[in-house]
Amino acid sequence: MASEIVRRPRPKGGGAVPFQRLLWRFSWLRPLLLLTPPLAWFVLVYFASLVLLLITAFWSIDPFTTQIIQVWNTNNFRVIFTEPVYRAIIGRTLLMAVLVTITDAVLAFPFAYFMARVASRRVQTILFAAVLLPLWASYLARVYAWILILNHSGLLNWSLQSIGLPPAEIGYTNTAMWVVFSYIWLPFMIIPVYAALERVPESLLEAAADLGARRWRAIRDIVLPLALPGVAAGSIFTFSLTLGDYITPILVGGAGSTFIGNVVYANVGIANNIPFAAALATVPVAIMAVYLLIAQRLGAFEAL
Amino acid sequence: MSSGEVGPAGWVRLGCLTAAALLAVTACGSSGTPTGSTLADPPTAKMATPTSIGAGEGQLNLIAWEGYVDDSWVKQFTTASSCKVNAKYAGSSDEMVSLMKDGGAGQYDMVSASGDADLRLIYSGDVRPMNEKLIPDFANFQTYFKSPPYNTIKGIHYGISLQWGPNTLLYNTKKFVNPPTSWNAIYDVANKGLVTVPDNPIQIADAALYLMKTQPNLKITDPYELKQNQFDAAVKLLKDQRPLIKKYWALASEEISLFQNGEVTIGAAWPYQTIQLKAAGAPVADTIPTEGATGWGDTWMLGTKAPHPNCAYLWTAYVSTAKVQALQALFFGETPVNTKACAEMEALQAGSCAQYHADAAGSYFDSIKFWKTPIAQCGDGSNSCIPYDQWVAAWTTVKG
Repeated sequence: MASEIVRRPRPKGGGAVPFQRLLWRFSWLRPLLLLTPPLAWFVLVYFASLVLLLITAFWSIDPFTTQIIQVWNTNNFRVIFTEPVYRAIIGRTLLMAVLVTITDAVLAFPFAYFMARVASRRVQTILFAAVLLPLWASYLARVYAWILILNHSGLLNWSLQSIGLPPAEIGYTNTAMWVVFSYIWLPFMIIPVYAALERVPESLLEAAADLGARRWRAIRDIVLPLALPGVAAGSIFTFSLTLGDYITPILVGGAGSTFIGNVVYANVGIANNIPFAAALATVPVAIMAVYLLIAQRLGAFEAL
Repeated sequence: MSSGEVGPAGWVRLGCLTAAALLAVTACGSSGTPTGSTLADPPTAKMATPTSIGAGEGQLNLIAWEGYVDDSWVKQFTTASSCKVNAKYAGSSDEMVSLMKDGGAGQYDMVSASGDADLRLIYSGDVRPMNEKLIPDFANFQTYFKSPPYNTIKGIHYGISLQWGPNTLLYNTKKFVNPPTSWNAIYDVANKGLVTVPDNPIQIADAALYLMKTQPNLKITDPYELKQNQFDAAVKLLKDQRPLIKKYWALASEEISLFQNGEVTIGAAWPYQTIQLKAAGAPVADTIPTEGATGWGDTWMLGTKAPHPNCAYLWTAYVSTAKVQALQALFFGETPVNTKACAEMEALQAGSCAQYHADAAGSYFDSIKFWKTPIAQCGDGSNSCIPYDQWVAAWTTVKG
């Protein structure tokens, strides 16, 4: 009945919605409440684990029972910095990350350029699907597929021999790792480069053409500098993903293919030497910190 | 790009931080490391063992190697004892050690640990003594496995032996028309790029075993008790071997596919790989070379805080019987410790008893050096041997 639907005025200063009043009175309360859960998550789960990692790195284990001894010492870091094998492993991991990043950048740029500026809408969609499709398949399945291609009696050697060339013995070598890493992380480079290239204004290219610049000149002086932040953004993925990987070296690598991740894994899983693993794990963290600083200077974060 | 600017001051700050961190790292000295010794009593040595098995508690929680708790023999046990078996499969000895932390924490009853984990479990106080008199088939065990040094300390049994297997030399019979008789084959430059060995620090013991025979001046008596110079020689042998290695295998399946693809022609393996490869029609055979071989022996160990000890004893007695021993041996490709299991194996698969050396004479076990945790204490009582954590570190330098 209509007479019953009487909208009563809110009592002045009353507590119908005291919470909202509180938020209105203390304007800093709303962002605080909004940010508390993600901040707590970040501090507790993300930051605290990093701090724990750093602390554990300065402990040691009882070599017999492998129980952690909480006595401060810097033995782990001394070993990492003085033992040549760890320098070699860190160097190999770093070099591979750089090589894979360069390879992916070189491969991704023309592809992304074609996708963003040449292909028709329809072709663009197909190419997008083609780039993203491998990501739907398991990482392991894709690595195993490469083992089948690269091994002694695999597709590669079969193809080479059928056209009369000598077999390429690259199965279980660092070359194989380079090929597999470059393949696996390629989509992570193509997407940001594509995004950067798509944002290059057509008008700039027209202006360049008006001023007499040929196509290559326009690409060199306009497209490339504007795409650089995209490449830098993509390189964060390819670089960090390669730097932290330990599965591909196990499956595709041969003798002398150990990565930082493998040593960490062996120390956690085999030796139970968590302090040493923690100490070694701080190395990629430090490398990434430096890398991110460089990427930031190249404008990577604006392109993400 | 303004947010990307790091001014000179920023770089200086960063540099100072780095320098400070480096100083902190190098300034502090190293601390002494505690060492283990089997002369000391394990923490649980004084724990009393039961004199009879009571009624089952209805449950049994096991940590086991995959394939060790198979329905084909578990069902009968559950029916007979009304102990429901829950198994958690572990992938490595170290996973077993970490799962059994704090005596199984009142959750796990038993673990089927291998010799390289046993001393760690015993000296952490995670497992407790067992009364072998409650296991009727114990009397039928191969003498060696009644009190092997990896699970028995000062006459106290910290578990009951289960099964064992040797680490064999596997080779392609087409490439090796004359079967190799020495481990020399995997250290021989003639086989460059065609060798595979396990990705496991305990491989250092295999090198030491080879050096025991080929370099007697090193005076190695036990491949798991290596003094610094002996250890260095074994590690050097393995480093020299690296250029010959196609791949260090981590999973048995990896080695199987390496042999199937013709990627390698010789390597260190378990009998399991030989059986699988032969079944797949690959031209392979294995042998125990003249230098002898290393081997692994598994033990059912009882957690210090096991919540279902009666079911645990019932289970141990059951898996020690000849029939179950034979079933498990053929299922997994390993050898029973119960000598009576030989006839059962023959009944299931003719010729298998001899194939797995289940009928081996006592002297055979002198040629097998069973895995045990390398510890600082040597057989001569001194503390100059290289403990396991250094084996792991050295293995990293071997693989490079």
